[in-house]
Amino acid sequence: MIALIRRLLVLFVRILVGARSEWRGCAPDTRRRIYFANHNSHVDTVAVMAALPWPVRRLTHPVAARDYWGTSAFRRFIAEKGLRAVLIDRKPLPDSNPLEPLERLLEEGRSVLIFPEGTRSATEEIAPFRSGIYRLACRFPDVDLVPIHLDNLQRILPKGSMLIVPITCTARFGKPLRVEPGEEKGAFLARARAAVIELADGGHIA
Amino acid sequence: MTGLFSIVLAAILGLLAVASAIGFILQRRTTEPGSVATVHNLNARIRSWWIMVAVFGGAILLGDTATVILFAFLSFMALREFWTLTPSRRGDHLALFLSFFVVLPVHYVLLGTQWYGLFAIFIPVYAFLILPAVATLTGDVNEFLARSARVQWGLMLTVYSISHAPALLMLQTGTPSALLLVYLVIVVQLSDVFQYVWGKLLGKHRFSPNISPSKTLEGLIGGGASAILVGTLLYRLTPFSPLQAAAVSTVIVVAGFFGGFVLSAIKRDLNAKDWGYVIEGHGGVLDRLDSITFAAPLFFHIVRYWFTT
Repeated sequence: MIALIRRLLVLFVRILVGARSEWRGCAPDTRRRIYFANHNSHVDTVAVMAALPWPVRRLTHPVAARDYWGTSAFRRFIAEKGLRAVLIDRKPLPDSNPLEPLERLLEEGRSVLIFPEGTRSATEEIAPFRSGIYRLACRFPDVDLVPIHLDNLQRILPKGSMLIVPITCTARFGKPLRVEPGEEKGAFLARARAAVIELADGGHIA
Repeated sequence: MTGLFSIVLAAILGLLAVASAIGFILQRRTTEPGSVATVHNLNARIRSWWIMVAVFGGAILLGDTATVILFAFLSFMALREFWTLTPSRRGDHLALFLSFFVVLPVHYVLLGTQWYGLFAIFIPVYAFLILPAVATLTGDVNEFLARSARVQWGLMLTVYSISHAPALLMLQTGTPSALLLVYLVIVVQLSDVFQYVWGKLLGKHRFSPNISPSKTLEGLIGGGASAILVGTLLYRLTPFSPLQAAAVSTVIVVAGFFGGFVLSAIKRDLNAKDWGYVIEGHGGVLDRLDSITFAAPLFFHIVRYWFTT
């Protein structure tokens, strides 16, 4: 039953926003990976999940903010059951490790999808990355971090609107990166952000 | 109508079978890297034609409602391709939402219920006035004229123009109106196919490298003439005499040329090669329907003014 809902959810998103994938810097793979993408709208998570081929999607868990997705039974169901999401506290209590559920999944050999901007940005600009991705990269130095750029989502469902415009979204997967030995947090976050920005051009020109 | 239509459908399927056989032989014989890509694309196109014929033929056989729904869906896909490439701002969001989920469905409902008076003016007059009015509410005046024009162009090309093909179903001409639609689609699409074939075989002189690099003068003339010939021979599908069929086919072919060119010019302006990716070998829905956008309204009006009873 839940498998059916998952399929319907993906089908619905495919029809609504296309959710096409373009593998530029790597190929789909079921090895554990940390996917990270720019964050513009509520459709982002589903768009990436729909763009992943099924064998990869099955093993990938997106991160969702508990303060939004945990607030009603319906949202919680969509997030946890429909998308296999892990709910995370954006403002964790001191001394707690909000990344703990993600680390557990990676230890089990599963992949995770995170949005390092932390919140949806109101413009096309990609906000500076928060440090969670750096901590994950240091904790799992042998796991590939795959940058993803999502285009058009700003126009599909902008922040502050409930109306979806069915423009096609393409998820572009770039070249995987890892934290270099001795690399500082700031340098790594800038490099990861640049990797997403680099994928922004559509490559339309004939 | 099913009798005549079955013959036409059988002929098209026969032609496709021949095309597939030729494609198969070419694939085995071609070894040069440059030609391999061309043959690969040719075979992708032929495969897609099988699907397009099955979908369109199936809708015609299912009846008028199915046909109108198919075209509504094609308009939806074309409008989506248009907006995927065309820039828009936050202030256009509501106008775009209304384009997809109000204007498009209402227009096709007017078509389905054969309310011709409102069908003819709903988009060119009412959408034209209401959508910019809605856009003013957001207070964004940046490029306002250009943005309003884009919203309207998107609707006119992908919804209003394309819908004039299924609108043929509401015309009473003494012949089954579904056959008029079949006739239009055959002449327009064959014109494109013949242009491609003649261009590949004999093409030397680029017609308009800026707009459409692959179109050649030889392709245009040979393709156009071949399509007009077929259009003349198919006069039995229509209320036209053979001479009238030749004249009408000429209008369809010329309008189709310009449809292809105008849509290509817009693509170049937007720095894109294709409108979309859903039809393998062809690009998007709008790449396949670009000629229809110009040919359908002209053909519809010619039939409506001179051949309805």
